[in-house]
Amino acid sequence: MSTATAGAHDGPPESGVNYLNASYGIKSWLLTTDHKRIGLLYLVSVTFMFLVGGLAAVVMRLHLVEPQGALLEPETYNKFFTMHGIIMVFFFTIPAVPATLGNFLIPIMIGARDVAFPKLNLLSWYVFIVGAIITLGAILSGGVDTGWTFYPPYSSLYSQSHVAAVAIGVFITGFSSILTGLNFIVTIHKMRAPGMTWFRMPLFIWASYATSLIAVLGTPVVAITIVLLGLERLLHVGIFDPAVGGDPLLFQHMFWFYSHPAVYIMILPPMGVVSELITAFSRKRVFGYSFVAMSSLAIAVISFVVWGHHMFVTGQSIYAGLVFSVLSFMVAIPSAIKIFNWTATLYKGSISYEAPMLYAMGFIGLFTMGGLTGLFLAALATDVHLNGTYFIVAHFHYVMVGGAVIAYLGGIHFWWPKITGRLYPERWARLAALLVFVGFNLTFFPQFLMGYMGMPRRYAVYPAEFQVLNVLSSAGASVLGVGYFIPLIYLIWSLRYGKPAGPNPWGAKGLEWTIASPPPTENFLTPPVVEEAYNYSGTGGSHD
Amino acid sequence: MSEHSEHTGHVVPVRTYLLVFFALMAGTALTTAVAYIDLGRWNTVVALAIAFTKMCLVILFFMHVKYATGLTRVVILCGFFWLAIMITLTLSDELTRVWEINPSGWSALLPFASRLL
Repeated sequence: MSTATAGAHDGPPESGVNYLNASYGIKSWLLTTDHKRIGLLYLVSVTFMFLVGGLAAVVMRLHLVEPQGALLEPETYNKFFTMHGIIMVFFFTIPAVPATLGNFLIPIMIGARDVAFPKLNLLSWYVFIVGAIITLGAILSGGVDTGWTFYPPYSSLYSQSHVAAVAIGVFITGFSSILTGLNFIVTIHKMRAPGMTWFRMPLFIWASYATSLIAVLGTPVVAITIVLLGLERLLHVGIFDPAVGGDPLLFQHMFWFYSHPAVYIMILPPMGVVSELITAFSRKRVFGYSFVAMSSLAIAVISFVVWGHHMFVTGQSIYAGLVFSVLSFMVAIPSAIKIFNWTATLYKGSISYEAPMLYAMGFIGLFTMGGLTGLFLAALATDVHLNGTYFIVAHFHYVMVGGAVIAYLGGIHFWWPKITGRLYPERWARLAALLVFVGFNLTFFPQFLMGYMGMPRRYAVYPAEFQVLNVLSSAGASVLGVGYFIPLIYLIWSLRYGKPAGPNPWGAKGLEWTIASPPPTENFLTPPVVEEAYNYSGTGGSHD
Repeated sequence: MSEHSEHTGHVVPVRTYLLVFFALMAGTALTTAVAYIDLGRWNTVVALAIAFTKMCLVILFFMHVKYATGLTRVVILCGFFWLAIMITLTLSDELTRVWEINPSGWSALLPFASRLL
């Protein structure tokens, strides 16, 4: 992060007016244009969606304790995994880091008063809420059973569930993502404080910038794809149905053109968070800053040319498969650059293991496993064996949960003192971080084994030989659930009973740590001037 | 900020907007008229050519790109470049599905491979 040399305001949290106590009442929140308050609106919203999506996962894992299924009819099971996927992808993991931490931190980290378009920012939240309400309403009134990918011809011709309503919900939510992305791009281009040059920006900003590019370039495509699906389902226009001149693979091409980069919308901001955590708790400038920054952009660009690896076994030409396979291997390069640079940052650093750092270390290990198993799936031959099995489920949960969710939790803990002005109980937080790590691995590692042995995903029943692994996975899910639940309790507890945090409880560098906790409404009472990035020299790091 | 003020500072005469509007209407009429004539394989090409022209008019005049800064134009070109990526790689599947896989094609490499090993 960067060092402010002038104009930043220090002060104890209770000393004055801040964004939380500047005004009161429900209206002051629902009509706010303060990026920090909007970040908190998102925090509450996505946490609620996480609980709903998590509930679906709990029911599924309980059902799969018995080979014949313990709880649900097969049709209902289909609806549960679809609900879990749609909510967790579109309504939690995609907005989680950018819309909460991104909204709160981006203007502060670059020394700005707010985002470039504050009213548009509030509109984004309302658009998100409208999409979420429509989707939840459709789910409550019967749900949808297509899987989160909506593949035709099942979704367009045969499914009797609420495909159109859920698709409209996802379509609307997409615009929230586009507007937020647009806002961040303009903010980062135009609102940086004097001295905050591109290569002095915190790495979280670089990651958010790359993510915003993907959101703006990719999301319109999935929106149009969903419209075309609706046209075919409701008006029988021939787009994806071969009987009327369509091509079902065209849907998959267009869907994955967005939805594969969307994986990087989910993982790039958490990578930015991890960069901040590693540098703060190693008391050391990030090793290879510019490589880490540029690798975010490289991931954003390459992510757009790899989507065909989702279609190796769905009828795509083998020649296109060859091209997509090679391109998919390429995305491992910038990802590995990040992993190696974070590891090199630890070298000779003055490391301490507070809870956020535990999450960051967990991220490095789990994302590496998620990423490397992705290479198995990028290889044409092994993908034929592994595609459509639990190996895929395990792989993307290692990336999206072991990577994105764990880094999100790390980020929430790291900036919680800044957001609320209060410290959380550190021992409970370390315990929760360990529980999440253990519970996560116990849940998903057995799924690698099941998948490798041939257990297909999305089935309500399975052969008895897989029961031991399934029971282990369900047991892990309960540990993971406890690991998620503990922070929910102590973070809420800390709002009232936590010790005052002070401006910089971690001794971290960066503009956000130079202002009071919680920050004043205008962030900086006088505009900061920025001189050097991640200046940890003389703060305990033995090597810079 | 100077780019911003330049951008919003340009006043386009109403006459230009009206001319563009009538050109768009004429394009729509032309598309409809051409639909009644069977041009064979050129049907789609002509329809898309008219649509492309209309799109350019909207982008240049209604969206003020004609008067915008270089950065704005680069952003727009990036959008088209990304569209080209999507179409090209989708066609890499669509156009090669008919290619036959020669069963001896890969095994023909085996002697070379075994020599390497």
